[in-house]
Amino acid sequence: MATATMTAKKEKSVLWDWLTTVDHKKLAILYLVAGTLFFVKAGVMALFIRIQLMIPENDFMTGQVFNELITMHGTIMLFLAVTPLIFGFMNFAIPLQIGARDVAFPFINALGFWIFFFGGLLLSVSWFFGGAPDAGWTAYVPLSTREFAGSGMDFYALGLQVSGFGTLISAINFIVTIINMRAPGMTMMRMPLFCWTGLVTSILIVFAFTPLAAGLALLMLDRIFSGQFFLPDMGGNAILWAHIFWIFGHPEVYILVLPAFGIISEVVPAFSHKRLFGYTAMVFATIVIAFLSFMVWVHHMFTIGIGPITNSVFALATMTIAVPTGIKIFNWLFTMWGGKLVFNTAMLCAASFVPTFVLGGITGVMLSMAPVDYLYHDTYFVVAHFHYIIVGGIVFGLLAGLYYWYPKMFGHKLNETLGKIMFWSLYIGFHLTFFIQHILGLIGMQRRVYTYLGGQGFDMMNLVSSIGSFVMGAAIVVLVINIVYSAYTSERITVRDPWDARTLEWSTPTPIPEYNFAQTPQVRSLDPWFYEKVHGDGTMKPAEPMGDIHMPNGSILPFMIGLGLFIWGFGMIMLNMDNPIIPPAIVIGVGFVITFGMMVLHSKEDHGYHIPVDEVKKIEKGVG
Amino acid sequence: MSDEMSKPFPKSAMTEDERYELKRETRIQVISFAFMIGLTIMSFLSVSTETIVTGFAIPFILLLGAVQFFLQLFYFMHLKDKDHGWPNTFFTTGLVLMTPMLIALILLLGVTKW
Repeated sequence: MATATMTAKKEKSVLWDWLTTVDHKKLAILYLVAGTLFFVKAGVMALFIRIQLMIPENDFMTGQVFNELITMHGTIMLFLAVTPLIFGFMNFAIPLQIGARDVAFPFINALGFWIFFFGGLLLSVSWFFGGAPDAGWTAYVPLSTREFAGSGMDFYALGLQVSGFGTLISAINFIVTIINMRAPGMTMMRMPLFCWTGLVTSILIVFAFTPLAAGLALLMLDRIFSGQFFLPDMGGNAILWAHIFWIFGHPEVYILVLPAFGIISEVVPAFSHKRLFGYTAMVFATIVIAFLSFMVWVHHMFTIGIGPITNSVFALATMTIAVPTGIKIFNWLFTMWGGKLVFNTAMLCAASFVPTFVLGGITGVMLSMAPVDYLYHDTYFVVAHFHYIIVGGIVFGLLAGLYYWYPKMFGHKLNETLGKIMFWSLYIGFHLTFFIQHILGLIGMQRRVYTYLGGQGFDMMNLVSSIGSFVMGAAIVVLVINIVYSAYTSERITVRDPWDARTLEWSTPTPIPEYNFAQTPQVRSLDPWFYEKVHGDGTMKPAEPMGDIHMPNGSILPFMIGLGLFIWGFGMIMLNMDNPIIPPAIVIGVGFVITFGMMVLHSKEDHGYHIPVDEVKKIEKGVG
Repeated sequence: MSDEMSKPFPKSAMTEDERYELKRETRIQVISFAFMIGLTIMSFLSVSTETIVTGFAIPFILLLGAVQFFLQLFYFMHLKDKDHGWPNTFFTTGLVLMTPMLIALILLLGVTKW
């Protein structure tokens, strides 16, 4: 290994380091930052929506702006906020939990992030070019065709297409990582549940984002190149879009919620100081949920007029999902049962997730009954239902994960007092906002209406709901304050395992060296780190001798490919703009050349570099 | 070390048996590829020549398609080989998910246009 140090590490500037990084831990932080920015943006939109609906006949905004806000709120929250946040945690935790030095394809990992990011940017710049998409996040045709919707929908089709590519390749990367990169002894049935849900989510993404990509391509052809797939006058079929969208859309819900289930399944055992109850049943339930999620899409279209037999079949299939979900709920309860419970912020979020999610699940079963669905359809009851799943389920899961993994990511804990203030205000604000919307829906308030007449019994409840949303907003502000405050005042963590947790990521030193594990660990049990603490000497047994560590080189190409796709997509949208400053063909050409030029540049061989064994020993001594 | 990774090996480390297997595999690939081209030509001919009645041509083409699908996956894409459990799982999953979906879509959409 004489040439091992051939790539002498040059000091990189901070910005260049972050733009070119292929390290899964740094990409995780990039995902979290990008996801948080989009989350705050969509959250502010939600506040605007609630301000508009606070009093009857409010003229805070016009109906057009309201439509743009609800469309962007839904689209951003699902595609650009929650998706990157779960990818952030998956990026950080999965390689560590399976005992790997990085994901299988670090370059692809960076590429996935940057393509997602630029896709999100493409969607976001729509505000400055003729207004945002305004046909709802479902983009139902014919409302979203060129006849009825402005250029905003072009940004929707192209922006989601680009960011979908990023999500898709990241998911493929995770499937390969989990199948091929597990440490010796880490069998499939010894993997932490977060890895399992990460794997199943990635599989769902591969199977669900492909129909979405096809549907968006058809919509783009219709809108930009005068296609007729969805235009009934021309022989197209408008129902086809609804089918394609929901074939993607229903699994998408599980894509988002399964990693949250995984986080809960990590946090609850760690703070109950007990192993997860019914591990095998949990894995099985995850797979069954994933399978069923593809068999139920028509329940979003009960009122579209498909017929009673079809509706009954899909109603039954939908109710079946309650069974594996119930298995999970009971397993979390039994994990807590008799455990030594520690209620810090992470555990509060995780524990409160369980009843809140049950509420969302119950209304889900109510909605799955096709005859009654005619009553609930397109009312605030539906809005309340899916916010109980998404905020009460996913957001609380993500917050639990944030407080749980924060010490490993940033080397210090978040402040517990501020954390508890955040939790209680978010919890109360959330129920205040959304519980009352069930009743609003049942007494007949429609969703997606920008205002309503007074004196129909809606006034008080809407006011309460809006006040609740301000409390939620305040809770998120407290979270941001907590992050800044803790960065300055929290005590640095030097121990490996500040929570006395169970899985492999807590066996690494804090802060984690860039190679994660100096020696790949030998896994001997489920919850390997707990097993070594109890039955071994408290350190992981190495599965290989100490040696030079092969690392990938950083690269700016992922960033450039993302930028190229952004320019290319923007050029496509310019085709239908009134007075483009530059001819669209030139913009498309520039984007095309950048995208494929960077791919050609990437064809150059790059075998990475080695960290010599002496260096590794020095680093290990420093952090151990 | 990094430099040597790009150079070809002077001598193969494979055993005689392994190289025989590899040759056999190449032969199977070429034969299955030629066979699949043949199937495609047959399906095109069965429509274009008009000597075959439509009632027979449609099931005939579907049959050819099924055979080709099998060949493509198992011979051309190696699903028949050992240690292909994961790819097999994924292909099977895809089939299991997509088949009812396609059937449902065709039945539900029907011929009515909205």
